[in-house]
Amino acid sequence: MSTVAPAVVRRSEKQIARRETMQQLLRSKTLLVGLAIIAFWVFCAIFGFKIAPHDPLAQSSSPLSGLSGAHPFGTDQLGRDVFSRVLAGARDILIVAPLATLLGIAGGTIVGLITGYFRGRVDDVVSRIVDAVLALPLIVIAVTVLVALGHSALTVIVVIGLVFTPIVSRTVRAAVLAERQLDYVSAARLSGERPPYIMFVEILPNVMGPIIVEATVRLGYAIFAVAGLTFLGFGLSPPSPDWALQISENYQLLNAGTYWWTVLFPAIAIVSLVVAINLVADGLARVLGR
Amino acid sequence: MTRFLVRRFALALVTLFLLSILVFVASQLLPGNIGRNVLGPFASENDVNMLNHQLGVDQPIYVQYIQWVGRLLHGNLGNSLQYKVPVVELLGPSLVNSLKLAGVAFLLVVPLSILGGVVAALRRGTVIDRAITLTGLSLTAVPEFISAIVLILIFGLLLNWLPVTAAAPEDAGFFTQLRYLLLPGMALVMVLFGYIARMARAGTIEALNSDYTRTAYLKGLDTRTVIFRHILRNSLLPTIAVIATQMGYLIGGLVVIEKLFNYNGIGQRIYTAALNKDFTMLQSGVLVVGLVYLIATLVADILYSLLNPRIRYAGVE
Repeated sequence: MSTVAPAVVRRSEKQIARRETMQQLLRSKTLLVGLAIIAFWVFCAIFGFKIAPHDPLAQSSSPLSGLSGAHPFGTDQLGRDVFSRVLAGARDILIVAPLATLLGIAGGTIVGLITGYFRGRVDDVVSRIVDAVLALPLIVIAVTVLVALGHSALTVIVVIGLVFTPIVSRTVRAAVLAERQLDYVSAARLSGERPPYIMFVEILPNVMGPIIVEATVRLGYAIFAVAGLTFLGFGLSPPSPDWALQISENYQLLNAGTYWWTVLFPAIAIVSLVVAINLVADGLARVLGR
Repeated sequence: MTRFLVRRFALALVTLFLLSILVFVASQLLPGNIGRNVLGPFASENDVNMLNHQLGVDQPIYVQYIQWVGRLLHGNLGNSLQYKVPVVELLGPSLVNSLKLAGVAFLLVVPLSILGGVVAALRRGTVIDRAITLTGLSLTAVPEFISAIVLILIFGLLLNWLPVTAAAPEDAGFFTQLRYLLLPGMALVMVLFGYIARMARAGTIEALNSDYTRTAYLKGLDTRTVIFRHILRNSLLPTIAVIATQMGYLIGGLVVIEKLFNYNGIGQRIYTAALNKDFTMLQSGVLVVGLVYLIATLVADILYSLLNPRIRYAGVE
């Protein structure tokens, strides 16, 4: 019995700490506002096609008609209802960007744990490669690779995930370097645990804070990147009602006349989503600490 | 100090070497038979093989890499597969154009964001601080083509103050060119403002909390002198570092901005080269972008160490 008691105490301490963190998170106004906006867009991503008043992919009125009761955001150059397309446009980006982020976080966590834990030559070599990758802007790498492999939602996810991997690995490595000095790591090592066990079972749970914050920040960048690539024609493809695609299809009309509604409303939608994600990242960083 | 510089320089060379491998391998990913792509489907097999031999693409990959680097070191970037003229002739002017645009963005963003960061730090915790920080954070997150379109809508079409393309007429003077570059420059500023302002704010707060600032106040200096003589210098140090790391973004962001404003810069070149599978152009363009980034970070590191006495004297004892 005496061996069980301390374990029980430790668990309840952990639960209390966790509850305190949750309470702090719920008190953060920026975090809650951000979460509410994201929840709204996730709802639209799932039900957008159903709740849209018109079919987002079909002509429902004459092209480029202005704002009216039937079309509160007007129609685009193919006569499709912009309001419906904005509602349905959340779907693809909210599939592609989170998956790319997940891939980058998973890859970066593994690389970061290994380089931070072993240090030495592995670390030196990987760090130099990371430097070289970081010398090239994401968009330039992505355009090159997407031209070579052909662009689809899948290749976009893979490319962004791979570019994120070294960036994430830096954050994770820094956190691991701080952890590996601590007694519990030496204890695990002395008791004969193998490095993979120490890295993934002992250290990983203790560096989750920075990883979660990094994941949120990366998600913002992923949306930024996917939108940019889509605008250039290397991301999502028609007929998706994706916001960046709507802008890329219609922005040339801006010079011709004042069809601003075809571009402004999808732009506001993207802005609201990325700003919301950054509010959440900011709130998380404040509570979980960096 | 000398040792620091030598080490930093060696590090840059290693990175450059890895970068060249990266670029080379990436451009090898471009599919297909290069000779066939250039000559088209109706050329004879013989001609295709001959061109491939001329271009050296029929040799083992490591031989190709060594030959490529050898030519690079002689300043020979090869011929554009699409335009059939030396890459240098096309890339050179594009690079100059991009540097002009980046320069305008840079000259706008640095003073603005440092001012923003310092003001936020001095008014720490107030509404002004929150407003500057949150605005910067939000602008940073917004894709550059969206900021650009909003700017076009407001300044180009609604107010009709500024031209909506970046390419000035052929014989335009300095100020006319500047006028054309203002809108795209501002779009880049909106993305970068948040980063630099955040660093300037953090640096200033650190300086405000330091012993030397307290000493300066205690020996009776007025606030203005303390800020300009003691705080500003120290708060600017980390700012230099972040400006350098954002150079990479600045150049990458140009791809999107140059396309949107129809500006003939290096970003536009890389974009068209990628579209047309012009792999010599693409290789060189990407390499130049990486090189510009490496030089920028090198200069920033040296500048940083020159301005920071803690590093400047580190090698002396």
